[in-house]
Amino acid sequence: MRNASIIQFRHVTKQFNDETVVLDDVSFEIEGGKFYTLLGPSGCGKTTILRLIAGFIEPSEGEIFFNGKKINQVPANKRQVNTVFQDYALFPHLNVFENVAFGLRIKKMKKTAIEEKVSEALSFVNLQGYEYREISEMSGGQRQRVAIARAIVNEPKIILLDEPLSALDLKLRTQMQYELRELQRRLGITFIFVTHDQEEALAMSDEIFVLNKGKIQQSGTPIDIYDEPINRFVADFIGESNIIKGKMIEDFLVEIAGKPFVCVDGGMNPNEPVEIVIRPEDLEIRPEGEGKLSVTVISQLFRGVHYEAHCRDLEGNVWLVHTTKKIQVGDKLGLDFNPEDIHVMRFDESEEDFDRRIEQYTEDESLGK
Amino acid sequence: MGNKFMRNVYMVPYMVWVLLFVIAPILLVLYYSFFDIHGNFSFINYERFFTPVYLKLTLSSFWYAFLITFISLLVAYPTAYLLTKTKHKRLWLLLIIVPSWVNLLLKAYAFIGIFGAYGAANNFLEWIGIGSRQLLFTDFSFVFVTVYIFIPFMILPIFNALNSLNPALLDAANDLGASKSTTFRRVIFPLTLDGVKTGCQVVFIPALSLFMITRLIAGNRVITLGTAIEQHFLVTQDWGMGSTIAVFLILIMFLIIWLTGFRKRGA
Repeated sequence: MRNASIIQFRHVTKQFNDETVVLDDVSFEIEGGKFYTLLGPSGCGKTTILRLIAGFIEPSEGEIFFNGKKINQVPANKRQVNTVFQDYALFPHLNVFENVAFGLRIKKMKKTAIEEKVSEALSFVNLQGYEYREISEMSGGQRQRVAIARAIVNEPKIILLDEPLSALDLKLRTQMQYELRELQRRLGITFIFVTHDQEEALAMSDEIFVLNKGKIQQSGTPIDIYDEPINRFVADFIGESNIIKGKMIEDFLVEIAGKPFVCVDGGMNPNEPVEIVIRPEDLEIRPEGEGKLSVTVISQLFRGVHYEAHCRDLEGNVWLVHTTKKIQVGDKLGLDFNPEDIHVMRFDESEEDFDRRIEQYTEDESLGK
Repeated sequence: MGNKFMRNVYMVPYMVWVLLFVIAPILLVLYYSFFDIHGNFSFINYERFFTPVYLKLTLSSFWYAFLITFISLLVAYPTAYLLTKTKHKRLWLLLIIVPSWVNLLLKAYAFIGIFGAYGAANNFLEWIGIGSRQLLFTDFSFVFVTVYIFIPFMILPIFNALNSLNPALLDAANDLGASKSTTFRRVIFPLTLDGVKTGCQVVFIPALSLFMITRLIAGNRVITLGTAIEQHFLVTQDWGMGSTIAVFLILIMFLIIWLTGFRKRGA
């Protein structure tokens, strides 16, 4: 067993009384000192994983390990884990100081030690001087920081964050993303962050687990997940994408819209039907007759940073394109892309098989060179 | 402009009501309290209130009201807590509230039957071998029946306070290392204190001025401020003294409301 893993799930299933399965045979490992994100739509089981780690609920089947010890039956108040709740769950009858000191008072710590630790935690989140404010006098962003201070003051091994930024407005949310990431680096402890916001996940995480319907669809670094989504769900959920049916003629050659294109994927059966992903920002607009595909613009929206256009090719596939060039509905254009912009996905491929295949064909590729 | 005018028009029935049935009676009571039994203007009633007879009466009134409130709270808090945990909590709450709609006198008469010498309570005591005893016209039966009558009024505000408690706060306390009892002491009870205060107000104040039950159940052995007022108006015909006691009762009520005053904290 590797020492680095702080949390381990082995075949964990969670079923509620009404028989609905919210987690279906999930296994994964979490290493110490990293920023993890559980990403998925509502009802995917991400909050359930968080509550299992916190100890608010017990798994129906399977085992959960903390530093190599099984903790299935350990109650929440005996775990070295603290949570930052979605609506912060600050105690309204206590002021900022007492909220942060709550956990320390339960440990019956000395008064001077409590004062020292609370002021340290508050300065960590830039709230020094707010000790004697009531919670009702604090803004949303400030409450967020009190909730974080209340968690870190107990020096937990893991901090769980349950969609903590969802109640904040866009500007503040972006700012808090930087602050949380920075905080995690300074503290050096494991953060497990739950969100349904893929941008947030991509910006903050060392590792992302993409969940859907009680199963982990894919795990990996943000770049891996963005560039090499394992299936249609992940490709669709993370960022915007064009998912088009295709056929893998042979390794490194894929047929899209009736034409063969060179790509960088391989390891599939000859003529296997596949789906291909091309990100809208990877498609480049060319004058009519140039580029790899001929298309007609069917709709166009101004998004501020770029124009978003839907274009139809000769086969009837619709392509989403992000471009800074001004285009108009009805324009006939060419679309261009590079071989490495094409990502090929097999149908129903498990994460293990996917990883094995990628490893294999990248080896083949390097041998060929 | 027109809106404001209409709002004032809507206020008229309420204002008339308050004037006729709240302010006017209080002023009348105040007015009568300054006349002795012969109809002469004097402060004699106020002097008499501070004699041992009436001070003892006030003290015993307070003692019984305190006892009733305290026992009601002891029963009501756990009941309200259990109610919030049940599946059909609104239905259970309704079942507890419904008896409070039945006329108070009816319930008192029912208890005379139950606590009487040959009533159900004594039959039961006989059956378990303790033997029948005097139940009616005792302090026990008085406190028991009044607690029974007041309990829904204590449960309701406490239930509402418990029910509106954010469950995430309990998770948060648990997450920060608190056991169940610590969570109750440090989070649940402080956050439902407003409900407890309201419950105590709505039980303590009417308990101070109880009068019918003191006669029916306690057999006039317990004399409260309410009984004294009734006796002065209906038996001794000393309206002045009756009014004076009423004035003090009103003052005490305001004092209690002020002491247990609503101090809303947090959001």
